[in-house]
Amino acid sequence: MEQAVPVVELRGITKRFPGIVANDNISLQLRKGEIHALLGENGAGKSTLMSILFGLYQPDEGEIYVNGSREIIDGPGKAIKLGIGMVHQHFKLVQNFTVAENIVLGIEPRRGFSINYRQAHRKVSELSEQYGLKVDPKVQIQDITVGMQQRVEILKTLYRGAEILIFDEPTAVLTVQEIHELMQILRNLAAEGKSIILITHKLKEIMEVSDRVTVIRRGRVIDTLTTSETNESELAEKMVGRRVSFQLDKEKREPGPTLLQVNHLTLRGSDKGRNVLTDVSFEIRAGEIYGLAGVDGNGQHELVDAITGLRPIESGSVVLGGVDLTRKSVRDRMSAGVAQIPEDRQKQGLVLDFKVSENMVLTTYKDSRFGRGGFIDEKAINEHASKLVGEFDVRTAGIHVPMRSLSGGNQQKAIIARELTRDPQLLIAVQPTRGLDIGAIEFVHERLLQAKNEGKAILLISYELDELYKMSDRIAVIFDGQIMGELDSEEVDDEKLGLMMSGNRLKGEGGGAA
Amino acid sequence: MTKWSQIFIKSNLLVPLVAIVLGLLCGALVMWLGGYNSWSAYSALFHKVFGSSYDIGETIRTITPLLFTGLSVGFAFRAGLFNIGAEGQFMIGMTAATIVGVKLHGLPAIVHAPLALVVGALAGGLWGAIAGFLKSNRGVNEVISCIMLNWIALYLSNYLISSLVLEKGQQRSEMIQESASLSIGWLSKALDNARMDWGIFIGMICVALFYILLWRTKQGYELRAVGHNADAARVSGINVKGSMLKSMMISGIFAGLGGVFEVLGVFHYQVVTAASPGYGFDGIAVALLGGNHPIGILLGSVLFGALTYGSAGMNFTANVPTEIVRIVIGCIIFFVASHGLIQMFLKPRKPGRKPKKKGAVDGGSDLGLG
Amino acid sequence: MKRTGMRSASLVLTLVVSLVLVLSACGKSNNNEGAASPSASSSPSESASASPSESASASPSESAAPTVDGKGKKIGMVTDLGGVNDKSFNQQAWEALEKISKDTGADVKYLESKKDADYEPNLNNFVKGGYDLTWGIGFLFADAAKKVADQNPNAKLAVIDTTVDAPNVESVTFKEHEGSFLVGVVAGLTTKTNKIGFVGGMELPVIKKFEAGFKAGVAAVNPDAVVTPNYVGDFSKPDLGKLAAATLYDAGNDIIFHAAGGSGNGVFTEAKDRFKAGNKVWVIGVDKDQSIEFGNDITLTSMMKKVDQAVYTVSQDLLSGKFQGGLANAKELGLAEGGVGLPDNNPNVSKEILDKVEEFKNKIVSGEIKVPTE
Repeated sequence: MEQAVPVVELRGITKRFPGIVANDNISLQLRKGEIHALLGENGAGKSTLMSILFGLYQPDEGEIYVNGSREIIDGPGKAIKLGIGMVHQHFKLVQNFTVAENIVLGIEPRRGFSINYRQAHRKVSELSEQYGLKVDPKVQIQDITVGMQQRVEILKTLYRGAEILIFDEPTAVLTVQEIHELMQILRNLAAEGKSIILITHKLKEIMEVSDRVTVIRRGRVIDTLTTSETNESELAEKMVGRRVSFQLDKEKREPGPTLLQVNHLTLRGSDKGRNVLTDVSFEIRAGEIYGLAGVDGNGQHELVDAITGLRPIESGSVVLGGVDLTRKSVRDRMSAGVAQIPEDRQKQGLVLDFKVSENMVLTTYKDSRFGRGGFIDEKAINEHASKLVGEFDVRTAGIHVPMRSLSGGNQQKAIIARELTRDPQLLIAVQPTRGLDIGAIEFVHERLLQAKNEGKAILLISYELDELYKMSDRIAVIFDGQIMGELDSEEVDDEKLGLMMSGNRLKGEGGGAA
Repeated sequence: MTKWSQIFIKSNLLVPLVAIVLGLLCGALVMWLGGYNSWSAYSALFHKVFGSSYDIGETIRTITPLLFTGLSVGFAFRAGLFNIGAEGQFMIGMTAATIVGVKLHGLPAIVHAPLALVVGALAGGLWGAIAGFLKSNRGVNEVISCIMLNWIALYLSNYLISSLVLEKGQQRSEMIQESASLSIGWLSKALDNARMDWGIFIGMICVALFYILLWRTKQGYELRAVGHNADAARVSGINVKGSMLKSMMISGIFAGLGGVFEVLGVFHYQVVTAASPGYGFDGIAVALLGGNHPIGILLGSVLFGALTYGSAGMNFTANVPTEIVRIVIGCIIFFVASHGLIQMFLKPRKPGRKPKKKGAVDGGSDLGLG
Repeated sequence: MKRTGMRSASLVLTLVVSLVLVLSACGKSNNNEGAASPSASSSPSESASASPSESASASPSESAAPTVDGKGKKIGMVTDLGGVNDKSFNQQAWEALEKISKDTGADVKYLESKKDADYEPNLNNFVKGGYDLTWGIGFLFADAAKKVADQNPNAKLAVIDTTVDAPNVESVTFKEHEGSFLVGVVAGLTTKTNKIGFVGGMELPVIKKFEAGFKAGVAAVNPDAVVTPNYVGDFSKPDLGKLAAATLYDAGNDIIFHAAGGSGNGVFTEAKDRFKAGNKVWVIGVDKDQSIEFGNDITLTSMMKKVDQAVYTVSQDLLSGKFQGGLANAKELGLAEGGVGLPDNNPNVSKEILDKVEEFKNKIVSGEIKVPTE
């Protein structure tokens, strides 16, 4: 194994934060030209470890070797000097600069006192070609896609002479096609002799692209495996610490009668008067999960707001169980059976400074069972909260602690508990598993399927195609405020969805109701 | 009933106590630098507050308006609004009570006084509701509108008093009718002619109402939800606009009541004045001192009121000039109000910072992710 | 990270708010020119920062007390909201008491009122502390002094600018209208444009007295001249005073009489600006001889109101056992008593005009002319 000196070696890295050990004696070797995946749940310590390697944190214990010599990396500047580059999840680009300007920012080639843009353009083009990045150095960042912006970030690190590249959850923001292309880019980089660390929790990507994988759980290295000698379920088990079932009992059932009808919904944007939703129509039946795919920002939020009544619509109608909700208030729609798991659970779903018990009745406190005559029956609320916390396994120090003190997964469980026990007809789930670890994802998915089996209509909006495949009975794609088409879960594939997500209508479909 | 007991748990009580001690020490330092005997100054302050039945009565009289404006500001804070306009609501409440108190004749006291009280309180509430309406329906920042409304209230009050009820040849209104008085004669007699009125008792009731309304009713639940997270409240079907309006109205009622007792209980007339009395601004300090909790506000107003009234003793008995007295009081309030600073001093020695734990790790990964 | 960020943000907010509160509490003493102090002059006074400790330690031995011995006697004084350093009548009164202390060896002390509600407890503080005389400075003391006097019939009190009907209160008021009449005479004879301005603090009865007397004085010597009043609405806003003066000067008025306290300082500033620009305009000062502070280039004359003299006299009477309370003994100091009038030196007023002033003064003193008060 130890045939050559590893380009990066971490030995016994330990990092403590008050009350918790984020990294516990972690050792890791990165070989030249390999793609090394770092797998772990949220909070497992991956990001902390990479922050240490990039010089953002100092380890409490342990040593870092780069190309065989021991280094103290006391800041990103030092890391860059050592040839370490990082592609962040959130890009750090100047929107109204060109690609080349962004890439050379801070280390511009100079000619006298002015910047030598010709040289910058040439060098960027060269690099771009070498790694198959296909980036035009002269366009402005605000005019290119997210995938392209990511490539600019990659170019930025390469331009600074990076030999070791750290990718932090790089696929989280990309469309299907873009993910494929990124995988190819990673392979090209490795082939050119770059060493890559890929932080991710997506097993599929690891299997597809990585050479080796190190699994981290609760700050410790569980194992380092050669990718070709392992499989998804083994990795998942090591990551979570127990067996994980991938196959959900998505029994094909005959869906019931139509519950939700959205008819010719049109909504104008608040700023320019441009339509953010144009003639959107679809139906969801009882016992059906209707998946809505699409890149973020194509009208998903507006659609949810229109159905829940948070934004007034221009034209069209929303009908639930035969009742026209179009002119009804948010609360009236809620009592008519609309429930929502909002995308931003902390901002829209919970009052973080309220107690857990108070949050458990945020949408139901008006019920007479929680107090009569305008007063609050705290006992009833506490009982209700305790019941929900127990039933849905919300891990909390008690129902009287602030919601803020719960982990993200448990906050989400609390919302799901609250909304599902309201027994709604329609459940709108927006990115219900965003930022959750595998265990919590599993839980959320099971509960959604259970709700489906109980005959509820579910609108599932997600940017993760895997989730939509796994959960949905039908999948539609929204692009620029319009429905591009609708597919049965059996006939769906990446290519078709990818085409629709980039604005192409499905042949033979009008883009309307099923 | 967890909230009531929570107030008395150690950490809640410890921080203000340390703050008061630090403030007193800092004030002592200032006096020492100025060449004054801080021990005799503080004992003079203490003596001034508790020295005689008259002083105790007058201290309570000083506390009363602070309690009301403190409750006013604190209530709005709980609902996520910064009511800097308690001053104006106080003035308007005062003016309405004066006009009702002076102009209505021949009513029995049992009708007249409560009527003047209710009218004054409602007038204050409506004045607050103006800012609430501008905020909820027009998106006007309540701080800005409240500051403007404070001036309007001052000049409107002056205009109303001078044009409707001015005592001839004087700079003040006519005396209110005896039937509108909320003073308590026998209590004043008992306390050596200190000006005593029903204000402090109604104030106590308001403390309880503050608590019950916010933590025992569904309306209060809504107001607090909007205060903490208006987005989540809106998604949960709560009428956010209506809540803001109600919060400011209730807040204004508290401030208006303060004005009512100032005129019906203490002065029995209202002065045409170039500057408003400043109780609304003191109320901000009181609410801060009390952590926006009704019991805290009560204690805060007691502290603030006692310091204000007792400071005359420091000046009088210990010969500390008023400028230095004001610095000393400023020090104490500064330390109590900036309790975050005290917590910083206290924290490192306490092991096991539970709520911080998660934050630190989150912080770590956030940095890593960018 | 977000959370700690929020926490530190709220910490900063708390700090800022508390700092603002502290600062505003400190600043109050300067901003709150008492509503009841209609006029404020600002003669630079060495004893402006007089502290009670200084006066208390003033040893009786060095005081030359030829007629009155005040040793062992105590006199207290309660200011109105303006505070003891208001450069106006609170300060004048306190300076008088300091002089009493020096001359007679009596102990003197003051208490400042921060709110209207403080008047009563502050008076009580002296009364219950066994003081031989307690002053209330400013006419808002009327009700407080009446109440305290009734409740403590053995105590002696005195008030300035208001009248209290109680046997143990001596009231001192001034006939501001008489003094204003005389400066009106000066203005009426000096104006070239026949347009004269009046800048008042607030439209209160006391200030109306100034205006009425002034108008009558102008009318008596120059029936063609028009007096235009302009009220600022505040006693402590020099910027508004300047604005009011500018409006009047722009309209062709060449003389302005102000009774606007601190706001009046703005009238002088405006006049000074115009004088520098080559336009000759006049201001008539109030309370003290304001030419001492603002110079003879723009100060025509001043309507003096001798609060210090009154406080001194009444305090001296008390020490020599001649205190006279009650409505019947209320002092109303006018021209006859020397309580109001023009300064001794008036370099900008001609001999003829001064003779005219003297003539009217005699008519008022003799009762031939009755000056209106509103």
